[in-house]
Amino acid sequence: MTAPVLEVENLQKHFPIHKGLLRRQAGSVRAVDGVSFAVRAGETLGLVGESGCGKSTVGRAVLKLIDPTGGRILLDGEDVTELNAAGMWARRRRAQIVFQDPYSSLNPRLSAGAIVGEPLENYGLASGREKTNRVAKLFERVGLRADFMRKFPHEFSGGQRQRLGIARALSVGPALIVADEPVSALDVSVQAQVLNLLIDLQEELGLGYLFISHDLAVMRHISHRIAVMYLGRIVELADKRALFTRPLHPYTEALLSAAPIPDPTRQRKKLVLQGDVPSPANPPKGCHFHTRCPYAIARCKVEDPVLREALPGHQVACLRREAGPDALPLPA
Amino acid sequence: MASITLAGDAEPRPGALARLVTFTRRNPTIVIGGLLMLALAGLALAAPYITSDPLKMNPRMRFRLPGEQFWFGTDQFGRDVYARTIWGTRVSLVVGLSVAALASVLGLIVGLLCGFYKAVDGVVMRVMDGIMAIPSILLAIALITLTRPGLPIVIVAIVIPEIPRVVRLVRSVVLSLRAQPYIEAAIAGGTKTPKLLLRHIVPNTLAPLIVQATYVCASAILTEAGLSFLGVGVPPEIPSWGNIIAQGRSFFQIAPWSILIPGIFLAIMVLAVNMLGDGLRDRLDPRLARRM
Repeated sequence: MTAPVLEVENLQKHFPIHKGLLRRQAGSVRAVDGVSFAVRAGETLGLVGESGCGKSTVGRAVLKLIDPTGGRILLDGEDVTELNAAGMWARRRRAQIVFQDPYSSLNPRLSAGAIVGEPLENYGLASGREKTNRVAKLFERVGLRADFMRKFPHEFSGGQRQRLGIARALSVGPALIVADEPVSALDVSVQAQVLNLLIDLQEELGLGYLFISHDLAVMRHISHRIAVMYLGRIVELADKRALFTRPLHPYTEALLSAAPIPDPTRQRKKLVLQGDVPSPANPPKGCHFHTRCPYAIARCKVEDPVLREALPGHQVACLRREAGPDALPLPA
Repeated sequence: MASITLAGDAEPRPGALARLVTFTRRNPTIVIGGLLMLALAGLALAAPYITSDPLKMNPRMRFRLPGEQFWFGTDQFGRDVYARTIWGTRVSLVVGLSVAALASVLGLIVGLLCGFYKAVDGVVMRVMDGIMAIPSILLAIALITLTRPGLPIVIVAIVIPEIPRVVRLVRSVVLSLRAQPYIEAAIAGGTKTPKLLLRHIVPNTLAPLIVQATYVCASAILTEAGLSFLGVGVPPEIPSWGNIIAQGRSFFQIAPWSILIPGIFLAIMVLAVNMLGDGLRDRLDPRLARRM
């Protein structure tokens, strides 16, 4: 087993809510409320959850694009949580990001070559002709023609723009790439091309991916392990196969049963959740999911479940998956 | 587009004249405003060569009607209104352009800092609100009373109350740009703050800033004329449209030309600057055009 390129321990990000004339803090939105995971080199960890569950906040906090409220972040085994902007600058080469929106993630006033070459310039890795050559290589590596360097972002299609974003992330030779919904703005046919490009790059360069998405089909295609988030917490973390075939958390179960399957005749058991996601400014006591959980018992309202290994390599945060009188029978 | 253009039979590139005609048809206000400004600037530059001394008094030639000898007539001291008006163009242009340039540069710097640094923002924006609350004419009168009257102090007096308007605009643009993922991407790619501002933020604020600068220019020209009319602008030995009108006011019934003609010039210049600004706004920032 290779060493993790990213370790996150009990990460928290609370956004303060200000109210009134004096802008007193009236509470906080717990976007991320104690999340722990690790990404190894050459591995894709998928982070899945519905909108507003905090998955993008995790991605940004990991790169310190926003300052985490609590917890620890280790890049390549080095604690970067307390680093200031200058200290973080030196470590940014190791961890890059690819954004969701291929339109607003490229400066409309810079040429494609300038966008991809900028990180090289910033770290003094190459300049002049040398830079042009390196950028041309990156273009070819992500499947773009090198003479596209002079074009401007508006002259590219969505898929090509996302390739530019990937080339920019690759330019400084990172070990980790946070991919924040990199294909959800693309057509399905283009999605597959970009996903396959990411997989090829991973095999070739041994990259670790933190892959954020709400799309289970995409997750199934690219991830090795998957973490399911609900209201700022990871509720289940397991191997892709284990998670899809035998989800242990009721939320995962509901999520999987909501995903469409391309076979209208197939019958399956459906678990439909009632109600809405509670506000992260005022999450329910005990298990965050107990308000909508079909298996909730009295204990769930008071006791916080911890992410524990229920089966080898399969972690779940559910009181009813813990050994004891309340335990549910494991699914077959 | 009537038909599909094939790669082989690309249309020939239109000539320079044809392109100019198309540009004029699409942006008539830019062309008309621009040409008027060029004409006025030409007159201002050529003033020493095309006019006589604007200060020369000639008591025997008082209140002459506009005609062959004096195109725009003469005033109560027998001074040539044509010469005075053309020389007055210089003051208006210098004030308009320097106020626009100074307010834009200072407003851009302060606006960038406010938009980018939250700590600066809270304090500086309250100061800007304070400046905005002071009427510009009053501030100018106070400043000019405290110092010796002259063109530079007039410019300073007009610039100060214009700065907050530019700061507010730049700050709002910077705030919306900061939320763009490409700014986050640049930070993730190791771009440091000075470069981030110069390369990613400033170029995207220029279009609205240029449009705002034209409005600042027009209002500065009007304010200068107003100050000179009140006698607190440029000193009387420098002819300015405002002080020409002020001096002609008492003899309006006998010699209306000495206030009408500089008044018409003032109106044309302000109109030209505003037309240029409107045209640029429509062309540079179509979203802004719909909002305003």
